[in-house]
Amino acid sequence: MYVAVKGGERAIANAHRLLEHERRGDRNVPEIGTEQIDQQLSLAVDRVMSEGSLYDRGLAALAIKQARGDLIEAIFLIRAYRTTLPRFGFSQPLDTGRMAIRRRISSTYKDLPGGQVLGPTFDYTHRLLDFALAAEGDPAAPVTAPVDTEAHFPRVTDLIAQDDLIERNPPADPAKPVGDLTREPLAFPADRDLRLQNLARGDEGFLLALGYSTQRGYGRNHPFVGEIRMGEVEVEFEIPELGLTVSLGEVTLTECQMVNQFKGSLTEPAKFTRGYGLSFGHCERRAMSMSLVDRALRADELGEERKSPAQDEEFVLSHSDNIQATGFVEHLKLPHYVDFQAELALLRQMRREFTARNSDHHPEAAE
Amino acid sequence: MPDAEAARPNPHSRAAVMDLLARATRDELAAPLKAHWPDLPFTAIRAPEIGLVMLRGRMGGDGAPFNLGEATVTRAVIELATGERGYGQFLGRDPAHAEKAAILEALAQRAGDRETVERTVLAPIRQRLAEEARQKRAATAATRVDFFTLVRAEG
Amino acid sequence: MSLAGFDNPVLDQQATFRAVMQALAEPGRILPAGARVGDASPLGPVARAIALSLLDFEVQFHLAPSLAEAEGDITFHTGSRRTDRRDDAEFAFVTLARDALDLAAYAQGTPDYPDRSTTVIIKVESLAGGPAMTIRGPGIAGTRRLEIPGLPADFAAQWAANAGRAPLGVDLIFVTNEAVLGLPRSTRIIEEAR
Repeated sequence: MYVAVKGGERAIANAHRLLEHERRGDRNVPEIGTEQIDQQLSLAVDRVMSEGSLYDRGLAALAIKQARGDLIEAIFLIRAYRTTLPRFGFSQPLDTGRMAIRRRISSTYKDLPGGQVLGPTFDYTHRLLDFALAAEGDPAAPVTAPVDTEAHFPRVTDLIAQDDLIERNPPADPAKPVGDLTREPLAFPADRDLRLQNLARGDEGFLLALGYSTQRGYGRNHPFVGEIRMGEVEVEFEIPELGLTVSLGEVTLTECQMVNQFKGSLTEPAKFTRGYGLSFGHCERRAMSMSLVDRALRADELGEERKSPAQDEEFVLSHSDNIQATGFVEHLKLPHYVDFQAELALLRQMRREFTARNSDHHPEAAE
Repeated sequence: MPDAEAARPNPHSRAAVMDLLARATRDELAAPLKAHWPDLPFTAIRAPEIGLVMLRGRMGGDGAPFNLGEATVTRAVIELATGERGYGQFLGRDPAHAEKAAILEALAQRAGDRETVERTVLAPIRQRLAEEARQKRAATAATRVDFFTLVRAEG
Repeated sequence: MSLAGFDNPVLDQQATFRAVMQALAEPGRILPAGARVGDASPLGPVARAIALSLLDFEVQFHLAPSLAEAEGDITFHTGSRRTDRRDDAEFAFVTLARDALDLAAYAQGTPDYPDRSTTVIIKVESLAGGPAMTIRGPGIAGTRRLEIPGLPADFAAQWAANAGRAPLGVDLIFVTNEAVLGLPRSTRIIEEAR
């Protein structure tokens, strides 16, 4: 039962004003601008865009500032904002094969067409704090090298596919509408399109832990990074009344193609299987984790026994969303005075009954 | 970016013009409009509006589509006094900029203005994008790995 | 060819939505439309404002024969698609004086999703001065008089059948060039003028 309790308005208003004051911090320190967040905390912006499920760097930077750097709070602000906007339609499917590559690596082929391109990466850094950053100073300009204008970057999985050694991706079925969990509530079993949408906006920490669990043997699927690529991809949108498809600009994406354990049957020769990860911005850890979990969730389809958390789609998809999770966990701190009083009354009654019962059973002891 | 243009059989087609206008900075539209077409009369057919487009990916990069997440988009449609309708649309939130893109898209259809739009608006955008892409590719190219194969000495 | 849309899409759509919501909350009451846009449209400025506010690319609409020419305009502004099937449409547009009205032909919703029924927007010349009916139901204190001229002879019977499908059934929005009047499925006609 819910009983409305009123009061606390002034305390709430004052608490919010205090929050604003604390957000600003010491006023002798220059205020941070959203452009600074966009440019200098760009990976935080990428994470908020991914899990907020809204590609808009300026909004994500604003949300991070308003949330004092609490990224889940920032994601919450973005999710709330997106509900205020009308939807114009769907883009044409993003063609990551035509990505303007800024990073592209493979752990399966050393010498692949287009080469291994490291791009801006934390890999191979020594993880030593750079105290020079505590002071100000511009870093050196990047080194440049001649560009091979003929260079192109075929997908590694396409190279394996040429020999028919890897499963084909499921083709588009024009008769089947693409599932959208922002429109229809998630139901189980969920098709792979809905699973990928759910994972794409899922909490990075949750995906990382699940991906890790598959490596430690909970639903092991022997992954190799076929390819990770990051760069800019054109967003194309159809204007139906003109019969034209035009570019709306470009977005930065990170894609991970995981090549996994093969299996065969009496009728099918053995083949590698795939897991797929795609993320807004430069979010490599999340794209990799997503591809591991995507592959684990294909257990039924591939005839594998489902016995680990990462293979349990109800468990994974119902708990991946950090806004749902934080809402339910954090609601516990809101007033529960009335239900708690009811529990307290019940507990006292049970103890009274317990005492009475015990004294009935041992009448002599009471004397 | 240059990929999209390369994909257009005709770089001066209406779609190619819209592709470029979608990448323009505010100043790249505002300055030429003010210099060459000040106080141009037009009617808003679809007043500038901010909304969302759901971006779709494909399973495994080339398989069946799925919904990845949304992006903010601004769009506008205007009509010039001479009847041309112009469309402006791009990622992000900027209603005034969308209206300017729509006006220039309409002007690009008007025979007497096409050349000025090309020279003062489209060519500079094309040039800037090419230069940005070149710098990005040159910096990326420097991070390409050259492997040294170590040969074990035998006997 | 499409006409100009709202001057101020956000505020005009909010005002239109508010007027429609109010009309459905106070059935049978004549209320000023929230916004008017495009006098030249066959829909008229009020029904067109409703179309531009409530439709989007995720719904389909049906046009009665008298309004067929409005298709391109609605599609341009809303991204919504026209359907030939009345029972497939989230929204339908009808001119009372020129089209047949058959409420049972529209989508009625499903037991799991009663909201998936058609909202029928009906263009009328006037909302007052016709034969009086008495209505009651949620949103009406006591009873209210409904005097829409030109309703078909079997309207009360059709409306009773619609009520018989509760919680399914269609909702009606009557519009003139200035005003709106709502008749949600929960309203009952309790007395019909003879």
